[in-house]
Amino acid sequence: MKKLAKQVIFYSALLGIWALLAKLRIWPPYLFPPPWGVGRALWDGFADHSFWIGIAVTMKRMLIGYSLSIVLGMILGLAVSSNKFLEETLGGLLVSLQSLPSICWIPLAVLWFGLTEKAILFVVLMGSLLSVTISMEDGRKQMPKIYGMAGRNLGASGFRLFWSVLLPASLPFIVTGMKQGWAFAWRSLIQAEMIFLSLGLGQLLMMGRDLSDMSQVMAVMILIVILGYMVDGLIFRTMERRLQDKYGLTPA
Amino acid sequence: MSTSPRNAYPPAVPSGPRTGVRANVFQGKPASSVTTFPGRPISEVVVPKVALDAISLSYKATSGECLLALDRIDLEVKPGEFLCIVGPSGCGKSTLLHLIAGLQPQTSGKVLVDGTPVSGPGTDRILIFQELGLFPWLTVGGNVEFGLKMKNISKAEREEKVQYYLRLVHLLKFRDSYIHQLSGGMRQRVALARALATEPDVLLMDEPFGALDAQTRDLLHDELERIWAETGRTIIFVTHNVREAVRLGDRVVLMTFRPGRVKQEFLVNLPRPRHIEHTDVARTARDILDCLRDEINKSLEEEYADEKAR
Repeated sequence: MKKLAKQVIFYSALLGIWALLAKLRIWPPYLFPPPWGVGRALWDGFADHSFWIGIAVTMKRMLIGYSLSIVLGMILGLAVSSNKFLEETLGGLLVSLQSLPSICWIPLAVLWFGLTEKAILFVVLMGSLLSVTISMEDGRKQMPKIYGMAGRNLGASGFRLFWSVLLPASLPFIVTGMKQGWAFAWRSLIQAEMIFLSLGLGQLLMMGRDLSDMSQVMAVMILIVILGYMVDGLIFRTMERRLQDKYGLTPA
Repeated sequence: MSTSPRNAYPPAVPSGPRTGVRANVFQGKPASSVTTFPGRPISEVVVPKVALDAISLSYKATSGECLLALDRIDLEVKPGEFLCIVGPSGCGKSTLLHLIAGLQPQTSGKVLVDGTPVSGPGTDRILIFQELGLFPWLTVGGNVEFGLKMKNISKAEREEKVQYYLRLVHLLKFRDSYIHQLSGGMRQRVALARALATEPDVLLMDEPFGALDAQTRDLLHDELERIWAETGRTIIFVTHNVREAVRLGDRVVLMTFRPGRVKQEFLVNLPRPRHIEHTDVARTARDILDCLRDEINKSLEEEYADEKAR
């Protein structure tokens, strides 16, 4: 409760300073809107359904692109971690490709797929695929060897050893990779939407800019933060913490 | 073989009768001298359950030189025997268990079970690891059931066996708990139940009680002795604690420090159940410890020499 009280005080103070600065009119309101202006933009956005549509479109793309990257990333990660040759060749390439910001894939995606849904999904996929692959690979390596040995000792081998021992044993690492992949995918998607102008939250943000409507810009930014936090901070972090407790990875 | 009324599932005792005098004949090449405490009568000859025939293991050190970890180890373990292996740390006693379990290949020599050479792991030999290696994603019951599932045993039979072995280690109440919810001693018992459930002929235990407090360890000694008597398994138990070895073992094998060889064997002919604080146990342990001390000194000397060289 104490933590909550601190947070309430902090955010009230933040809002207070914001309101005060807006009241003082140091900057014109169309550049620095007051909190109630942003609140009104949020209200209007939900009232005329444009925010609901934006959220729905963005989340649908997220789900498709992200699921694809999870499936492909796991397959790639497994292949790389279980084959010495692939690890030394493809593994290195994947790590170096990760230094490429996902927005750099947009020109390529546009030329390959045109200004289509496919191009956006491609950018999302490239944004999170590499991080999922790399953490899957790390997970297989960091997984305590004892589980594999215990499994073989108790008569497991081949696919059953993989399915009932190696996979669950590396689950905490996989979830960490999934969480990271989500964060990357989320950023890539918003970036791509800002350039493509095809509905979605990114487009709503750009629309605010085009209309010089700073209130809408800030309202959408707040939406993106809240949505991103809800999935990343609440769903994934809870899952991660539960698994780590269960697997004894955190000091009790 | 009698069925205990508490335990619904009667296990098959894989070896000969538990009662009476076990055979004490050391066949083949005697690798070491044998000392008996006090003398015990020698009866019939039995095919060894596990036999190690000139087992050697060498590995490449980081410096590039070839190091000999185990040097031509000959050892025979009779069916139903409780054999303890002691030695200074670094003598390769844990490695020896991994070789018997088939989790690691030896450089030369043979591991024979019932006279047949084995390669690779098999559920006739189950190793209880020093770190246990219990699966945190499964419940206590799930862990015990794991080996049975791998053996494709029917669900009904699995259920029966899980119940039987959990009751044997007094953990039936904790069947649906997860491993992280248990104490150290309880985890040891889960590991024991998981190993016993597959009904191996040979149970290999790698310093299983090293990390436990004294009271818990004493309790588990009693339980292990009881379970050994009830199930009639052959047990090979590795420890660095000589007292523990004498408390549990029919025979104690002392290993030398690097390369690991069998230095000496001691027959422990003390009445059971024993207690770790018993004077006979302490006296026997002291004799073995005197022998072991030379090896410990050797291992320390080598460590200090390494330091000086640096």
